Amino acid sequence: MSEPILQVKDLRINFKTFAGVVQAVRGVNFELNAGETLAIVGESGSGKSVTSNALMKLIPEPPGIYESGEIIFNGRDLIPLSDKEMSKVRGNDISMIFQDPMTSLNPTMRVGRQITEVILKHKNISKSDAKKRAIKLLDQVGIPMPEKRYKQFPHEFSGGMRQRVVIAIALAAEPKLLIADEPTTALDVTIQAQILELMKEIQKTSNTSIIFITHDLGVVANVAHRVAVMYAGQIVEYGTVNEIFYNPKHPYTWGLLGSMPDIDSNSDELLRTIPGSPPDLTNPPKGDAFAARNEFALAIDYEKEPPMFQVSETHFAKTWLLHPDAPKIPIPEAVAKRIEGYLGKENVLNGEKTIRN
Amino acid sequence: MAKKLLEIKNLTQYFGSSKEPVKAVDGISFDIYEGETLGLVGESGCGKSTTGRSIIRLYDITDGQIIFNGKDVHSSKSANEMKQFNRQMQMIFQDPYASLNPRMKAGEIISEGFDIHGLYKNKKERREKVESLLEAVGLNREHANRYAHEFSGGQRQRIGIARALSLNPSFIIADEPISALDVSIQAQVVNLLKQLQKEFNLTYLFIAHDLSMVKYISDRIAVMYRGKIVEIGLADDIYHSPVHPYTKSLLSAIPLPDPLSESKRTRISYVHEDLDESASFYEVADKHFVYGTAASVKKWQNA
Ligand SMILES: Nc1ncnc2c1ncn2[C@@H]1O[C@H](COP(=O)(O)OP(=O)(O)O)[C@@H](O)[C@H]1O
Ligand SMILES: Nc1ncnc2c1ncn2[C@@H]1O[C@H](COP(=O)(O)OP(=O)(O)O)[C@@H](O)[C@H]1O
Ligand SMILES: [Mg+2]
Ligand SMILES: [Mg+2]
Repeated sequence: MSEPILQVKDLRINFKTFAGVVQAVRGVNFELNAGETLAIVGESGSGKSVTSNALMKLIPEPPGIYESGEIIFNGRDLIPLSDKEMSKVRGNDISMIFQDPMTSLNPTMRVGRQITEVILKHKNISKSDAKKRAIKLLDQVGIPMPEKRYKQFPHEFSGGMRQRVVIAIALAAEPKLLIADEPTTALDVTIQAQILELMKEIQKTSNTSIIFITHDLGVVANVAHRVAVMYAGQIVEYGTVNEIFYNPKHPYTWGLLGSMPDIDSNSDELLRTIPGSPPDLTNPPKGDAFAARNEFALAIDYEKEPPMFQVSETHFAKTWLLHPDAPKIPIPEAVAKRIEGYLGKENVLNGEKTIRN
Repeated sequence: MAKKLLEIKNLTQYFGSSKEPVKAVDGISFDIYEGETLGLVGESGCGKSTTGRSIIRLYDITDGQIIFNGKDVHSSKSANEMKQFNRQMQMIFQDPYASLNPRMKAGEIISEGFDIHGLYKNKKERREKVESLLEAVGLNREHANRYAHEFSGGQRQRIGIARALSLNPSFIIADEPISALDVSIQAQVVNLLKQLQKEFNLTYLFIAHDLSMVKYISDRIAVMYRGKIVEIGLADDIYHSPVHPYTKSLLSAIPLPDPLSESKRTRISYVHEDLDESASFYEVADKHFVYGTAASVKKWQNA
């Protein structure tokens, strides 16, 4: 396995507000290899955007505080870097795509120029070569008639087309790491599918690493190699995409998987839900932050925060249920049945079992 | 066969100049049966919201008829009849933040319609009704005195649902009621809508672009493309045996929470073909209709 291009160690981000200190990210650890996609999933408010903004050092200070941790990118910790040093990393080595394309576009500048500016900033080439490259990028992200589109303004593009322009800009610098924060959440499924295909294709040809933030588990299954499930500012389960979907260990992951309807599920049954809502991060609960919503909570969950238990070489989950002395709680039937269904289909197709755990 | 609660005939809604109108809804016809949920899906801008808003008379329709319980909704003249329609048909909106006045208390929001319709004039009756509505949507009576801005997104959507239920309607149009919510909260709201449907014998038009939830909640599904319904049928048939190439394309794009099948996903792209004048609905299976010409439908069926 290659060296990780990114290692995040014990990242903690707080915000000082009138109501108190919001502990938005509470000790996050993960790694990313070259050419790999990590998906971060979780409910809103779980700290996905704060984590990814922190990687770009985009947390406003104040009210934000980098409380602790390291963000080691290509062997160098980004946390102590000055704004000036960081601006060289941004858009050069690391690019970001946000949910709303207009946050990244200048409405008064033709899109062509917005792309060539990035190219010229990062590459020592002539203006006419930059233009050629920009048109090629527009073409690559699936924008028809790129020569004509090159001269247009953002308002002349539809939402899906604008997001492609943003992707073209993000790619213009040939970043090693692309961070995409809910890039397709506002788009139609057909356009979403095109953009996901595009990102995967680019990853293949340029070996780009991608951090993909979403709350849509279907999208995760489509793009991710590895998955981090976030809850209340922490990663509560971490593993390969197959481990998370076919052998989930954390009750929160069970809850997320169970609350999605299955195309083949019986509509007479109610969906499984996760009761209640996430805790207030100005005053995170003692013990396991998920305990109050966890139907399988143990007494210890209200007392002591669980460590990350290791399930396999690549799979970890932060739940006391994995402690050797914990009662054996089977995965909820509805979730188990669905997984069996997915794997069963696979067996029928392949005539053999592909995944076992 | 259940009774037809709504008959939509050639519903047409144009916007803008008559020279170059935006044909938001372009002559659609369908029925909604009592007690069922009809899902309406299609890409943004295809006319779903306009369809819902025309049915509920937020617009003067350009052409067509909307027959509710045997009566033409748009031709009714008497104020009394209009009030009746207003009570019977209610709408739930996508954005639980934008659709509720943050400075009103939940109880006020829910009981707003009572005065207009002269219901529950007695204070105690009124309070009891508000409390029973709050409880029906999974909130509690103490919530009546809290302001809308003090609630989470999922709770606000519950208030929106309680408001829609307040006049004892028989028909509810839910326009993307869960799109702005988290997955686990979506499941809570969808479960609630299902339970309420049983309890109050409600009929739903459920508008959405999230196709997996639509499949789950709907008995039948109508697929809309550029102002027209291109396919309508039982939810299972639409999902498992789609005929129209647009429906096939749409279905091929939904990602499922199953990495192995995702790794093999092949998306079908849709290329629109203009149809000649002869285009109409063809029944390809029981209760399953596809819009096209005789030749095109045959071609699609064999594709
Ligand atoms: N600028 C800020 N000031 C105060 N609190 C913030 C700020 N930005 C984010 N937070 C808080 O941090 C937590 C995590 O937010 P976020 O990362 O945006 O969640 P997600 O992206 O998972 O929906 C939330 O409780 C949010 O309110
Ligand atoms: N009040 C209006 N005035 C002018 N055009 C409108 C109006 N409402 C909707 N439209 C247009 O009608 C079309 C259908 O819109 P809409 O019904 O909102 O689609 P959907 O709900 O499927 O996304 C779009 O082209 C939209 O821009
Ligand atoms: Mg976010
Ligand atoms: Mg709409």
